[in-house]
Amino acid sequence: MQDKNIDVNYVADLARLELTPDECERFSEQLSKVIDFVKQLEALDTDSIEPMAHAAPVYDVMRNDANRPGFGSNTALLNAPMSSNNQFKVTRVIES
Amino acid sequence: MSNSLATLNIKQLKSELSTGSISPVDIVNDIIKSIETRDSEVQAYLSIDTEEALKSAEEADITKPLGGIPISIKDLINVKGQPCSCGSKILKDSYTSTYDATVIKRLRNAGAIPLGRVNMDEFAMGSSTENSGIQITKNPWDFERIPGGSSGGSAASVANDTAIASLGSDTGGSIRQPASFCGSVGLKPSYGRVSRYGLVAFASSLDQIGPITKTSEDAAIILNSIAGKDDLDSTSLDTEVPDYLQSLNGDIKGLRIGMPKEYFTEGISPEVLSCVHGGIKTLTELGAEIIDISLPHTEFAVSTYYIIATAEASANLARFDAVRYGNRASNPTNIIDHYRKSRAQGFGEEVKRRIILGTYVLSSGYNDAYYVKAQKVRTLIRNDFANAFSKVDAIVSPTAPTPAFKIGEMCNDPLQMYLADIFTIAANLAGICGISTPCGFITGDTGNKLPVGLQLLGPALQESTILKISDAFEKATEWHKQRP
Repeated sequence: MQDKNIDVNYVADLARLELTPDECERFSEQLSKVIDFVKQLEALDTDSIEPMAHAAPVYDVMRNDANRPGFGSNTALLNAPMSSNNQFKVTRVIES
Repeated sequence: MSNSLATLNIKQLKSELSTGSISPVDIVNDIIKSIETRDSEVQAYLSIDTEEALKSAEEADITKPLGGIPISIKDLINVKGQPCSCGSKILKDSYTSTYDATVIKRLRNAGAIPLGRVNMDEFAMGSSTENSGIQITKNPWDFERIPGGSSGGSAASVANDTAIASLGSDTGGSIRQPASFCGSVGLKPSYGRVSRYGLVAFASSLDQIGPITKTSEDAAIILNSIAGKDDLDSTSLDTEVPDYLQSLNGDIKGLRIGMPKEYFTEGISPEVLSCVHGGIKTLTELGAEIIDISLPHTEFAVSTYYIIATAEASANLARFDAVRYGNRASNPTNIIDHYRKSRAQGFGEEVKRRIILGTYVLSSGYNDAYYVKAQKVRTLIRNDFANAFSKVDAIVSPTAPTPAFKIGEMCNDPLQMYLADIFTIAANLAGICGISTPCGFITGDTGNKLPVGLQLLGPALQESTILKISDAFEKATEWHKQRP
């Protein structure tokens, strides 16, 4: 057995994903292998290389700061799992 | 079937339409008939909007470039009034698009009819379409095999003559690889060439929408309609769109085509290699000059991709919070429980795996070691292509190292599945364009013919060059005309 590279439970919590113990075990095994594989990048000297976030040289794209048409609330709510009073209905955030 | 209009390509249909011998309604009717008889086994389609398609066909203006041509749409591109489930249970049966993606708006302006939704790996994460949360799509050439992915439904529908053409998306090869596996033509435009507005994002710095078609000429017709700057996508490039049909004159004499030694190494099926070498011989006979080149960082592309793509995916898929859209878990105890349960119930295994990997490489303490490192290696990969394209006009390689594999064959080994994208991934990292066109067949173990694709890569915004080469190749060969 190889060492586990990743604490899947902790990361799943950050990602707001509930995992079954089975999934946890399996992902931990599989992702440890993937992480071992991607560690090959360590072999490359990249100290003087600029990181690249984007393929095309486009920066700071601006548009006029003016109103433009958008969805009204009726359209925006069409796919909501729950809504009321013309608003999205969310699970309670503040404890009573 | 042989008399069905569904077997024709866009160019042939346009020619028939212009003589008045057929109408757009005839085309839509034949496509629907073909879907009824031929899709029950292949299962490329998730839904068809027959009524709307017939209505559009009746009103179609056949003088337009795509007037009256029905097109199947990968299930992650928004078409107003149609479902858009991204192959995921989190959106299945609960989401209807409230707007048209820019590509759909442009297709409609060109006269095309977005006819139905085709299957895909959930949120485009996969290379086989087996990761669809909805159904398994089969390869039309061999029902025991996968059609490739993630645009597997697009490629299968075109190859099976249940679509005249299709729109897919390509983040690491998701247009080119299924086109290769199904014997279709698949074009991934350069990053920024086509607007991504209305495409549900997987990895925003890599995603591009492109056509899957029966010929390169058809791909050029569609690209003519969808390419160009869009104010709704700030990454779309403000660069003139040439007429892509103009370069298709069959003349590739003197063009320099590079053969990267790293793309012709061990690990490629010998039969695939033999088809690709045959294709390269044809290019030479057509007058192209084949030049040996090197892309030295090729072996690092898959690692770089799986860090960057999953990092971006983990951020993009955070929007699925089951508040504005998406299926919500019942009776959550609090808001965190609501997120955790809804996402756990809605997302499939591969999506969860990639969200976790992406969250991990971005998490505190690991960000520099993985994400920033990968961004730097991405620069090295881009520089490899810049060097290569100072010597050659295009690059030739296999599209995939193997033909279509069997359903279930790779499911338990994600890393092995990731390596299936080895020849397509670098183009997305570098932002360049690529196309796959059929270059031969090999015989599978059950005696079925399996298509093999030839990949051509071109510099950013040089779609004209690769379309010119693949079109010349198709004019000299018969591979693309074969049907299952």
